[in-house]
Amino acid sequence: MRKRYFGRTGLFILSAFFAFCFLLPTVLTISNSFMTQSEIDANYGMIFESTRPGVGTYVSDSVTLKFIPDRVSFSQYITVLFRSPEYILKFWNSVILVIPIVVLQVGIASFAAYSFTRYQGRLKNFLFFFYIVLMLMPYQVTIVPNYLVADWLDILGTRWAVIFPGAFAPFSVFLLTKFMRRIPSVLIEAAKLDGANEWQIFTRVCIPQCRSALYSIAILVFIDYWNMVELPIILLDNADMQPLSVFLSTINSGEAGVAFAVAVIYMIPPLLLFLHGEEALVEGITHSGSVKG
Amino acid sequence: MKQKLNLLAERFNKRSRDSINGALWLSPSFLGVAMFYIVPFFVIVYYSMIDNPIRRNFVFFDNFINLFGNRAFQEAASNTIKFSIVAVPLAVTLSLLIALMLEARIPLKSYFRTFFLSPLMVPVASVVLIWQVLFHPNGAINEFIMIFGASGIDWMQSEYSQFVVIILFLWKNLGFNMILFMAALSNIPREILETADVEGAGPIRKLFYIKLRYLSPTLLFVTILSLINSFKVFREVYLLTGDYPYGELYMLQHFMNNIFRSLDYQRLAAAAVVMTIAMVIIIATLFIVENRFGRDVEE
Repeated sequence: MRKRYFGRTGLFILSAFFAFCFLLPTVLTISNSFMTQSEIDANYGMIFESTRPGVGTYVSDSVTLKFIPDRVSFSQYITVLFRSPEYILKFWNSVILVIPIVVLQVGIASFAAYSFTRYQGRLKNFLFFFYIVLMLMPYQVTIVPNYLVADWLDILGTRWAVIFPGAFAPFSVFLLTKFMRRIPSVLIEAAKLDGANEWQIFTRVCIPQCRSALYSIAILVFIDYWNMVELPIILLDNADMQPLSVFLSTINSGEAGVAFAVAVIYMIPPLLLFLHGEEALVEGITHSGSVKG
Repeated sequence: MKQKLNLLAERFNKRSRDSINGALWLSPSFLGVAMFYIVPFFVIVYYSMIDNPIRRNFVFFDNFINLFGNRAFQEAASNTIKFSIVAVPLAVTLSLLIALMLEARIPLKSYFRTFFLSPLMVPVASVVLIWQVLFHPNGAINEFIMIFGASGIDWMQSEYSQFVVIILFLWKNLGFNMILFMAALSNIPREILETADVEGAGPIRKLFYIKLRYLSPTLLFVTILSLINSFKVFREVYLLTGDYPYGELYMLQHFMNNIFRSLDYQRLAAAAVVMTIAMVIIIATLFIVENRFGRDVEE
């Protein structure tokens, strides 16, 4: 009994330690965003070399990790939100690239997943395997075909060059098929007996059964594309169209303080989605195995 | 006889109707995939076998021989393999360990789960900022090390650089894998575990003889996901170190990126084809392994 108690305490301390390590970078980003530029300079000046000559800010010769700012300041946020419209513009760029990708990818995938679930054969299995292989291809491989097609269609440099490959990316098809195959076939047979046609089985049985799966897949796709770097760098040469995820990397070296604030603002949409959908996300994965759905 | 024929015809009709239906449902996705991935891929295979896009002389395997002879390619390939061989098993085992840890009834469990998942939301570029603060020669980790009298390490410019990126990779990916394992663990039939308890099996025995067998489909899935993500880590490396990082970190993706810029289509095409073949072999192997060992417990 005693031994068991100690075991649990040990596990708790271990989990707490790991959890702390996992949370540390996020907490640091948020707390640093409330520091003034001079405080950032004082703490990390060595690293970012962001001290402007002549201003004479104090730079310590070592790095200090600080979780609590000396003085909470919203100056970085004010700069980002009101003084430099470019950040808002880039944020909007991210929105109009990512939303169509999520909607199209999940929508198209739901049809394909239905096909892979209801009709199986040798060709289907091969195609499904093909989708998996395609899903596993690193961007640096798939971007070559994407680039060629965008060039042929003359959409290179427009948003469609990024949206189309994203809309047809096989990730959602793979995951949704895994979820749909777990819908008890009894449900589908029952619908059939009631005289439902394919479209009705799809809309009345499969989609409602997969609701939490669809939600969790949408969150995953959103997070993935919200952070995209490779696709827009190569397919959108126009800097004005780049999403904030790409633009963030260009402000790193110069103004670290602003970069932290922009990073926090950029974190808000996925954070809200996650906090709102965490249960759906986890539940979608967890319940995918049970018969109850 | 006639009845039999009718039955056959009906079955045949049903089958062809099924395949037409199946094709119809798949078509929106498949047409897009064909257009944006498959057709251009064949063009790439063609490009990989000609000498240049204007003259279009067939040279067959010359581009591949050139590619394999290229020092940068050799180095990039071996670095990528080294990284994945270390990072993927670590990602799978550590996330399984965390899942097992959170399976125990400990306080604040659901908060821990949220914390482990939190790295998913943090934008890459801001992660990179923090990593620079932590692993700079004058950074926080070195400060910490020096308290114990050891000398600081130049993390990003030494053989430790892969270690730094592996930490970043694990930080980013463990949470998602953990959730998949937690889900799979909760699906193991309770009765079997209880029977094992009654028969006096210890936790380690239960793990190896029961849990791991039931987890094998999830193990495959998590391995595949980790493999995908190990290739995606280029993004972080790229933002940390730029086009030409310290030798150990020069990955295949850097190589591709750099030849993309130089618009050397032949080498690019050959590299894409080689990577595709390698990935197909790896994935097929994983599937065969899973089929061998995971079949007996699948529903």
